[in-house]
Amino acid sequence: MKPTSSKPIRKILSLVAIASVAMSQLLMVLPSVAKDTKVDDSLSEDRKQALTHIVKQDCGSCHGMTLKGGLGPALLPENLEGKTVPFLQYTILHGRTSTAMPPWKSLLTEKEALWIAEQLKEGKVAESQH
Amino acid sequence: MKKAFLHITSALILGSALTACVNTVEQNTPLRSTGDMGVIIERATGQVQIVNHTNKTVLSEVDGLGDLSHASIVYSRDQRYAYVFGRDGGLTKIDILKDKIDNRVIQSGNSIGGAISQDGKLVAVSNYTPGGVKVFDSETLETVAVIDSTILKGKPLNKDGSQVRSKVVGLVDAPNNRFIFSLFDSHEIWVADFSGREAGEEMKLTKFTDIGYFPYDALISPDGRYYIAGLFGEDGMALLDLWHIEKGVTRILSDYGKGDKKLPVYKMPHLEGWAMAGDYAFMPAVGQHKVLVVNTKTWQQVAEIPAHSQPIFVMAQPDNRQIWVNFAYPDNNTIQVFNTETFELVNTLTPGPAVLHMEFTPRGEHVWMSVRDSNEIHVYDTKTQALIKTMPSKSPSGIFFTNRAHQIGL
Repeated sequence: MKPTSSKPIRKILSLVAIASVAMSQLLMVLPSVAKDTKVDDSLSEDRKQALTHIVKQDCGSCHGMTLKGGLGPALLPENLEGKTVPFLQYTILHGRTSTAMPPWKSLLTEKEALWIAEQLKEGKVAESQH
Repeated sequence: MKKAFLHITSALILGSALTACVNTVEQNTPLRSTGDMGVIIERATGQVQIVNHTNKTVLSEVDGLGDLSHASIVYSRDQRYAYVFGRDGGLTKIDILKDKIDNRVIQSGNSIGGAISQDGKLVAVSNYTPGGVKVFDSETLETVAVIDSTILKGKPLNKDGSQVRSKVVGLVDAPNNRFIFSLFDSHEIWVADFSGREAGEEMKLTKFTDIGYFPYDALISPDGRYYIAGLFGEDGMALLDLWHIEKGVTRILSDYGKGDKKLPVYKMPHLEGWAMAGDYAFMPAVGQHKVLVVNTKTWQQVAEIPAHSQPIFVMAQPDNRQIWVNFAYPDNNTIQVFNTETFELVNTLTPGPAVLHMEFTPRGEHVWMSVRDSNEIHVYDTKTQALIKTMPSKSPSGIFFTNRAHQIGL
């Protein structure tokens, strides 16, 4: 099969990549999102357990149940170096265009996505027994 | 001298007595045939259950299999050994007659599935890291071949300084001792031909490039003729006709995929287990609440069946009369059954949270389902769709019956 449309697609892909990098930079300086990465404790323990379960079992179908990666990238702290909590939160809520990462905003609140992003950065999901 | 002779004699007598004992024990253990058995993955605990689907019982549990998220199983042709492909690169050979691990190797860092060759002598595993396929002797699990996938030049190096290779997906076996697989990141389909191995010939590798963006999974038709890869990066699917491999890879179903109305896809549909009934194939739409009906002579879509949510597995009963469909998160508590002749909805079941997998008994009177988050296996009557048995199981995912041993592609 001839790769007739490969060039425009590549161009779009790189534009998207640039856009998402730009977006992450933007988010880092946006004070309203990034001012404090500590969540107030309004998420119940039950909900936190449920979120951990979702991350392991459902995110795990692409990222691996132990978050060591699969078709999607690994999500252990060493893999997330250089990626900020707000960037991770944004990625969880809005997905990544032209990759398999879907937006989870219809299923998770901003607060929940923020909590998950923090847990990932701190490596707490893989350790958890839930 | 006499003493020594006595010693030897008594040792001999003792020895034969012991042998007699062992024989008695063996004779008292009931014989177990493996043709109506199966293995269920318990993904959270690194264990498997060995089951019998005639009596609908769990016979035993085997542990120590590592990370079993997304694990799958193929069987030796004598249906005695189950080869379990774990996520952490573990390849475990389980003796289901003796309920124990026969052999286990960690063959890569991260793997996704495997297949067994037509002659039953080779087991192949597809790997994400390092990207490629490894082929093992099914008896000893010794390495027979290492097929490195294409290097991705634009990517930063791995931690150990090696170059990143494409992830490999959709590995199946095909007639004439061939393995076929797709390269996710480099957009290729490769055919590894081991047909000359008995004659001492080297494996022959045929590569098809530019087959379409990001093949994420594939299937082979039950007769072993068509290899079809689903594409994540664009609409349509890539088809390789193994009867006419010289024609190369062609594109079918140009509208198949996410199309214009893109709903978020929480889990890509599985292509293995695609239902083919008569001239129709029933397949999960990507990101849409539909099952698509395709004519397998023309590879054109002929109908759409509205469904409860985004389908993951669309599986035909062995008699092809009905298809059973499960769905992506968060609607994965539901199963729908459709008639393959009228496309009508027959029944909607709600077995419980996270119905991950279904397996039909070989002639299709029952279907087993894993209900992961209620830690149960459910057995349904396919004709009445009535629940006939529930068994405990820890976070069950894949269910694999031994009749897979004799099916092309698995």
